[in-house]
Amino acid sequence: MEEQVSEVSTDTVPSVALRGVTKRFGDFVAVDDLDLDIGQGEFFTLLGPSGCGKTTTLRMIAGFEEPNEGEVRIDGTDVAGLPAHRRPTNTVFQSYALFPHLSVKDNVAYGLKRKGVAKGEVDRRVQEELERVGLWGEANRRPNQLSGGQQQRVALARAVVNLPKVLLLDEPLGALDLKLRKSLQVELKRIQQEIGITFVYVTHDQEEALTMSDRIAVMNRGIVEQVAPPVEIYERPTTTFVAGFIGVSNLMPGTVRSLHGEKAEVELEAGITVEADSNGLATGERCHAVVRPEKLYVSTAGNGSAPAGNTQSVDGVVASSVYLGTATQLVVELKGDARMTVLCPNTDEAERQSLPGGGADVQLSWTPEHIHLVRESGTERATADHEAIGRARQEEASA
Amino acid sequence: MGAWAKSKGTPYFLMGPGLLWLTIFFVLPMLFMLSVSLYQGSLDTTFEMTWHFENFKTAITDFDTQFVRSFIYAGAATLLCLVIAYPLSYAIAFKAGRWRQVMLLCVIAPFFTTYLIRTYAWQTILSNDGTVVNVFQTLGILGDDGTLLKTPTAVIAGLTYNFLPFMVLPIYASLEQMDTRLIEAGRDLYSNARTAFFKITLPISMPGVIAGTLLTFIPAVGDYVNATFLGSPNQAMIGNVIQSQYLVTKDYPIAAAISFIMMALIVLMIAIYIKFAGEESLMGDEAEVVTAK
Repeated sequence: MEEQVSEVSTDTVPSVALRGVTKRFGDFVAVDDLDLDIGQGEFFTLLGPSGCGKTTTLRMIAGFEEPNEGEVRIDGTDVAGLPAHRRPTNTVFQSYALFPHLSVKDNVAYGLKRKGVAKGEVDRRVQEELERVGLWGEANRRPNQLSGGQQQRVALARAVVNLPKVLLLDEPLGALDLKLRKSLQVELKRIQQEIGITFVYVTHDQEEALTMSDRIAVMNRGIVEQVAPPVEIYERPTTTFVAGFIGVSNLMPGTVRSLHGEKAEVELEAGITVEADSNGLATGERCHAVVRPEKLYVSTAGNGSAPAGNTQSVDGVVASSVYLGTATQLVVELKGDARMTVLCPNTDEAERQSLPGGGADVQLSWTPEHIHLVRESGTERATADHEAIGRARQEEASA
Repeated sequence: MGAWAKSKGTPYFLMGPGLLWLTIFFVLPMLFMLSVSLYQGSLDTTFEMTWHFENFKTAITDFDTQFVRSFIYAGAATLLCLVIAYPLSYAIAFKAGRWRQVMLLCVIAPFFTTYLIRTYAWQTILSNDGTVVNVFQTLGILGDDGTLLKTPTAVIAGLTYNFLPFMVLPIYASLEQMDTRLIEAGRDLYSNARTAFFKITLPISMPGVIAGTLLTFIPAVGDYVNATFLGSPNQAMIGNVIQSQYLVTKDYPIAAAISFIMMALIVLMIAIYIKFAGEESLMGDEAEVVTAK
């Protein structure tokens, strides 16, 4: 799109670029012909279920794994064969991997000392970094004397203090409880904006990804299903996998009947025909239509909450109704084996009381801008798990 | 149950059997030995308690060579054990894969035969017409009429062989429980393999090294079997002296004095060793005394 610009300015050389990267462990293909461009100063998230290849991708950028095929470039330089200690990257490990025999301060100073930074500067930068994460008071303690959240911050400080070109984070908040995770998400984002270095963040938590990222790559079985900013990933998923992995799936199966320019006319199994952006689908192709739960309106014969104007609607039967506090969640079954989840905000008590219960015949409606067509993913979900990778790695190690 | 569990006496009650055991089989014999070391006389006449502190002086002046030799042999054997055991433990912990159990079994296997028989076997291995001597002579390491038995080399080799498992097992245990991601973290923070080893792996495995050196050195320094079977009187260690004083010369006071001096020396050395190795090398050279705050 902006090729001319990128050729002129060196700023637009991607911070990290993967070209046709493939990594196999024995017969298991962990990462399959991956292409990615991660921008300078971007908060980029690799999101996916266990075994989707996100951690392997991160480890190839860090230099802990070498790809079988393809190229990893950091700031435009091919880093093939460059061992981890010579790469301009630093990693925040999943279980922190803090050195148990060193104090917090010495942990943070470790990288700078190896680089031969003068002692005065080491001390100054270590203090600055520990102050940034609010742990200067704990500088002389050992990691095992700190709480999980504090250890996480030390791990972050130990990596960030080296001012790497790219900071790699492998599920850094995975071991923490929900509340702490939320506050650290905000803090991580703040630190990233403050220091402005590229973050490549691996997580399986979709909410975490949506909260922090500039862009998200959703991975499944070693391939990237979609790369886009959070809003787009959520609002306009392009595959059934992405639609299902991010938020509640709400998929209505159907078939493309005809194309009109950018628009496709799709006959849904639920019994209606809708028009939406074709998203590159071909006539006759199977696809699914997605509408997010909070974009759906429920109405019964006598009582309607659907907005006036241009809407599409479909008939269904309420299967269940659950009170969630801020909203009420209805599950509505449609013709042709589709179950749609609807979130009705509990803004008005009378309105909530009048919501249909189980077994009621209802009509679901939405405005056309909120329906999107998604391609069927190769397979619904990554079936490979951590154990499969673990086994493959072990076999490789002992071979 | 509640009252019983909360009783202040419970810990002492639970320690009771152990304390009783130690008192009868450790403290009392020690006191007895200490008192014997102050006796005077001989088995033919009688031993009498005369507070004869001269025994200690005699023990040191008459057997100073054996004292020094014991520490040198045991020290050399401990060093050799460490040099052999560390790479071995490292390989078993990190590189052995599915062979790990087999390799550990091989380390422990010698224990299935008694110590004495194994040392006898070494007599054959190192004998003048044995393979080792032949190979060494062919390679020119030994002269044509060179021998191994009845040399310090043989005794130290025997000690090294016999105490190797005591070095391997603690080092292996400390390496095996180490999180290998720490090494990756070190590599990630600009350490090459060598630096990562010396800054991370070695300091973290230091408790195993300390335990191993103690478990090797202490029994080796008091050993007399290896010197008996593989050495000559010229390689006699302090254990041999104690044995012959008790069983041959039957000079119990001197034997007791030697034993007591030996024990005091070992305790002293260990205290110094743990003071230095235990505190400083455990923390690595990055541990600076911080006065801030």
